[in-house]
Amino acid sequence: MIEIRGLAKSYGAHQALKGITLSIRPGEFVVVLGPSGAGKSTLLRCINRLATPTAGDIVVDGTPFRSSARDLRLLRRNVAMIFQQHNLVKRLSVLKNVLVGRMADLSPILSSLQLFPEADVKIARHCLEQVAMAHKADSRADALSGGEQQRVGIARALAQQPKFMLADEPVASLDPKTSRIVLSYLKKSCKESNIAVLCNLHQIDYALEFGERIVGLSAGEVVYDGPPSGVSGDVIRRIYPGLDDPNVLDAAQRLTERRRAAAESVIAAEAAEERA
Amino acid sequence: MSLQFVVTRPRGPLGWWILIPFIGASIAVLWWSAVGTKLSVSDFISGLPWIADFLGRMLPPNFAFMEKLIKPAVETVQIALWGTLLGIVLALPVCFFAARNLSPYAWVFHGLRQVLNVMRGINEIILALIFVAAVGLGPFAGVLAIALHGAGMLGKFFAEAIEEIDEGPLDALRAAGAGTLQRIVFGVLPQVLPAWIGVVLYRFETNIRVSTVLGMVGAGGIGFELISSMKLFAYEDTAACVIVILVLVLAADLLSSKLRAMIR
Repeated sequence: MIEIRGLAKSYGAHQALKGITLSIRPGEFVVVLGPSGAGKSTLLRCINRLATPTAGDIVVDGTPFRSSARDLRLLRRNVAMIFQQHNLVKRLSVLKNVLVGRMADLSPILSSLQLFPEADVKIARHCLEQVAMAHKADSRADALSGGEQQRVGIARALAQQPKFMLADEPVASLDPKTSRIVLSYLKKSCKESNIAVLCNLHQIDYALEFGERIVGLSAGEVVYDGPPSGVSGDVIRRIYPGLDDPNVLDAAQRLTERRRAAAESVIAAEAAEERA
Repeated sequence: MSLQFVVTRPRGPLGWWILIPFIGASIAVLWWSAVGTKLSVSDFISGLPWIADFLGRMLPPNFAFMEKLIKPAVETVQIALWGTLLGIVLALPVCFFAARNLSPYAWVFHGLRQVLNVMRGINEIILALIFVAAVGLGPFAGVLAIALHGAGMLGKFFAEAIEEIDEGPLDALRAAGAGTLQRIVFGVLPQVLPAWIGVVLYRFETNIRVSTVLGMVGAGGIGFELISSMKLFAYEDTAACVIVILVLVLAADLLSSKLRAMIR
């Protein structure tokens, strides 16, 4: 269980986050939906302290975060992150990129000498299997396609064996088919390991398709928090002020049902393709 | 075919007239420098026969002398090798603190950049004179001179390569709870290594060129043979020296460009 209490962040006079309070249950897949600039990235980066919040608390399993080096390491050990631009180290192999997820628990000296405990290598390989990338373990990261790189990004986050995963616009730079594959792997693998996910998206259709719970963020405030079924036209207008198109919601909802079924078959086809 | 002159008029109310003071100032500075350096076309033309005479005395090169040049030529390469290596050793620990994005404090970054500038600002020959006084005549003084000057250059270029890396992977390493050493080994080094190797090879090439003249101030290498043959008016021997130097420099050039092409 992770609790975010009154999280606020200002850049000078600009208030990026205006007191966010959320609690996320274990294994829950929460989508943060909102337009660019709503504060979605800032929210995630404040949770794992890549950015320092101006106010508010993060409480993991009842233990509040205090800003000591030890607490920071512990927090980041438990909270994994997936980035929009993958942020893989391009010149390293896929396997080594996934091993980065194990770094918090490894000896700095030994790992710098490229020596890793067998158990950790095994975890890394298993995580690659979860996203069907085991066959590319020895490829260099920059030899992969965008979608494959993001799946390695997911494997790296899984390798942390976290309680909680932050995904910052994981599919913003991918085409629709690849986006769906990546989101499906993300959801499937986190379900398998009972990892709670907080996933930023700006696409309404993906949010409704994959989210079990939608948090609507607009101008640094939570304007909706509930199931996808409760996302009415009114809610959409609150999240995206100025978007006055009733068709958007209708279309999104009709697509949702169809795509939820299609996703399963796409992922199955993809797996078959890779086996062949 | 009709041509059209396409240029953008300088912005501002003065238009093209803005160029007048710049052109005027450039002409003035160049004229002043020409007077200062006694530029003279007639002196050059009247000197041409003397240059021809000098070149004539160098011919034919004394190829028999080359046998005596093998040892100093090898020494030249050895000076360049150790000068480069010690330069790297000096530059490595400094470069991380001299990179704006990794340096913990701004004053550390600015301070180290100035130190590197000073090291780089003093020519190797001047450094060699100082080290000859310190450790005596011979190639070791040359090694130290090249190492110190090279460290200033390598440190600056190493640091600039670090400043150009994509910081995304560093974010990912931080988010995964990796420590400082791990962030450097897995986040920084893979990104800067190709650039660093390129810089080191270029530095080695430069050091070969520099160590061919270090002998002129008694800091070892083939330069000593060059200068003594000239002092003895044995210009055929001088020609042999020049040929050996050319071979060294071209070989270093070729080797380093081949190696640089190999790293991608």
